[in-house]
Amino acid sequence: MRTSGMETIIGRLQAAWRGIVWYAREISGEARYDHYLEHFAVEHPGETPMSESEYIRAREEYDRLHPNTSCCC
Amino acid sequence: MTDATVQVPAPGKLEFNNDYTPAEAVRVIRNSKGLPVGVRPKMVWTWKKALLWAVIAIVCACGWTLLAVSRGERISAIWFLVVALSSYAIAYRFYAYYIQIKIMRTDDANATPAERVHDGANFERTDRRVLFGQHFAGISGAGPLVGPILAAQMGYLPSTLWIILGVIFAGAVQDMLVLWISAKRRGRSLGQMATDEMGKFGGMILSIFLVVMTAIAMAFLALVAIKAMAASPWAVFSIGMTIPIALAMGCYQRFLRPGRVIETTLLGFVLLVLDIVAGGWIASVPAVAAVFTLDAKELVIALVIYSFAAAALPHWLLVTPRDYLSTLMKIGTLVLLVVGIIIANPSVKVPGLTELASQSTGPTFSGSLFPFLFITIACGALSGFHGAVSSGLTPKAVEKENQIRMIGYGSMLVESFTAVIALIAAITISQGVYFSTNMSAAQITAVSGVSVTATSTPAEQAEAAVKAVSSMKVSDIEGNQMQVTWDSVDENGAAKTYEGAEALEKAASDIGEKTIVSRTGGATTFAMGMANFLKSYLGGHDSMAFWYHFAIMFEALFILTTVDNGTRVARYQIGEMLGNVRKLKKFADPTWKPGNIITTLIATALWGGLLWMGVSDANGGINAMVPIFGISNQLLAAACFVIVTVCVAKLGYKKYLWIPVVPLAWDIAVTFTADFQKIFGPLSYFATASKYQAQIASGELSGEALANAQAALSNAYLDGVLSVFFLVMMSIFVVVGIVTVVRTFASGKFGPETTSEEPFVESQWFAPSSLMATSLEKKVQREYSVKLHELTQNERAAA
Repeated sequence: MRTSGMETIIGRLQAAWRGIVWYAREISGEARYDHYLEHFAVEHPGETPMSESEYIRAREEYDRLHPNTSCCC
Repeated sequence: MTDATVQVPAPGKLEFNNDYTPAEAVRVIRNSKGLPVGVRPKMVWTWKKALLWAVIAIVCACGWTLLAVSRGERISAIWFLVVALSSYAIAYRFYAYYIQIKIMRTDDANATPAERVHDGANFERTDRRVLFGQHFAGISGAGPLVGPILAAQMGYLPSTLWIILGVIFAGAVQDMLVLWISAKRRGRSLGQMATDEMGKFGGMILSIFLVVMTAIAMAFLALVAIKAMAASPWAVFSIGMTIPIALAMGCYQRFLRPGRVIETTLLGFVLLVLDIVAGGWIASVPAVAAVFTLDAKELVIALVIYSFAAAALPHWLLVTPRDYLSTLMKIGTLVLLVVGIIIANPSVKVPGLTELASQSTGPTFSGSLFPFLFITIACGALSGFHGAVSSGLTPKAVEKENQIRMIGYGSMLVESFTAVIALIAAITISQGVYFSTNMSAAQITAVSGVSVTATSTPAEQAEAAVKAVSSMKVSDIEGNQMQVTWDSVDENGAAKTYEGAEALEKAASDIGEKTIVSRTGGATTFAMGMANFLKSYLGGHDSMAFWYHFAIMFEALFILTTVDNGTRVARYQIGEMLGNVRKLKKFADPTWKPGNIITTLIATALWGGLLWMGVSDANGGINAMVPIFGISNQLLAAACFVIVTVCVAKLGYKKYLWIPVVPLAWDIAVTFTADFQKIFGPLSYFATASKYQAQIASGELSGEALANAQAALSNAYLDGVLSVFFLVMMSIFVVVGIVTVVRTFASGKFGPETTSEEPFVESQWFAPSSLMATSLEKKVQREYSVKLHELTQNERAAA
């Protein structure tokens, strides 16, 4: 009984940690390339996607030309 | 890719055993392929839930009663957190839900812009919890930290009422409804929506207004930062060092570890902490400290050069890494502060209403409670600028219509909560310290009769400030004349409360500054409060100077982000506007370099000029700039409500038109009254201008005094002209709105087809609506995964 109790606690902690990592990666934009790969695989099967650096460069260029408004106040 | 395409779901257990209860089954929305794509919103009551909400309502009522009726006894600041959170919970659960059902009528069968367009760039479905964080980071800025501090001179009650009720009935409603109308229109911007719904004229007014408003907001917030940095080598060094830190982070991410954002951010944060510590060392070595001791005007020049550099350098090098840091600080500091308040449990030192509440001559802002308190607390309760953010990236990324309440209304509640925290910071330090910090040198001279200037020694300034505080008739929470006191420790580390001039000097040395007198603008006050909360559980008394400068850094990072982001946005807006003129079409092309340089120059000249005049003003500039900033921001809010009202009227929801119209009417009453008083009468900018005009004409002024008077004169004229400009522009905009509504009613034609709403497109995607998925939503998620799996299998088999 005791070990299984410990196991559930460890399992929960692991799940919580995975949740934190997932959130940090999503909100910081680190996971964006992963999403790009997922979409690319579905929408252009068989083609070669951009490499991570290429993708980041393309994204930077896009952001430069499409500035978003964040609040000044 | 107009048609919503089927996506592969997140891998998970493909197990679904149709375990809906009958009540649940009827709420599931299925599309024509049989995919469950949403859940109809419904309030489901169990007795447990009813009990929970009853408890929340009782706690809320008790809290409000305590804050409203307490006289003469000390109350804990934790009550403010309780009152705010319970009110927010009730408003979110019931009022926001009511608006969702009656006005937004969100329908998960309809695809959102992210699903319709799905271009792999900005139109990208984003998880609701992530989007909540991103939207909050987008709307939050230094504004809510400043307004409540300045408003605290009138006591805590009017501020608390406006921050909490204002956000519930106005601020959050505006954010949510603008997000909603934009999401229904492929994430179009505020200006485009005004053009679509109210004609070209309305759209043009809004575009010009946005540019001017951006410049004013930037100048005002930059002034706040400069007031905290002037003559403080610690702050100047540590904030200046954020530039090399950002460069280092940028290069690290570019060349060493591409795409590793979290790692880079953590590295930057460690450097930032070391940097703040190093600032203390810099300040303690006189020879080095002298290098970093800059006055306000030098800082303006530095800031302008910086903003040009930020515009010229590639983004990844400076702007992007600094954005990472400020986002981390925004969210992290909020959490630290809430914990700090709970642990420190400070008691409130300011009464609900002070004597200044019934006067119009208070030092931090002039004018009577109505309308100027509501103008001063701008962003924490209602901020028009959020309309621009809510019609920016967020509507393009939202997954389902039912999530709009959580993202739009919820984020604004958090923003309001930051304002409550700022208010707590201001009302838990002694009033004497508060007024000493927030009165300009000229005001202290006028009240105390002792002449002080920025060049007086700290001891002289402290003496004069104490004299000024004792001659102002303001009571503390116990009903006695307010005192200058500072709770600290003596040489042996024993707790001791200092009084009078000694208190001001001790406070300054505790936070590692030379003086705290006349540090107007609210940033110093906020940072002192924050240092008090954080030292209670992180580092003890000795860490106070660190936390003070951490707080200043927190505000300064916001403001630097504002400065370069604002310059960039203003530059594009100006380019777009110039591009409308036939001969200047080239300006609309963002890749045209000469055009970029010219528009950047115009944008910088706008805010830089305003800022320069602000720091030249003998009265400190804050006093003159607060109303113009607040008025412009809240007039923009009125414009947002006008657009929302027009949309709701066109949909024919006459019965619920009051939901946007009531805050609109209130906002117009506040802003127009304030604006009138700033144009006509004793409080007006023109009255101030003629006062300075007379002083200059008398020929009695010379040297610095003359220069100051001239600066104040041109400042007053400019602010006066801007007030007239705002009033005229917004009056026209409101009239255009009313005409549109009347025409709609006269035509008798209502419905989505009379608006610029996009027609219905069937959704193929499921995602839960609230922060935590309900058990029904989890079941639907499982059914969705299974059904989608089957569908793709069948399609493959058919192919």
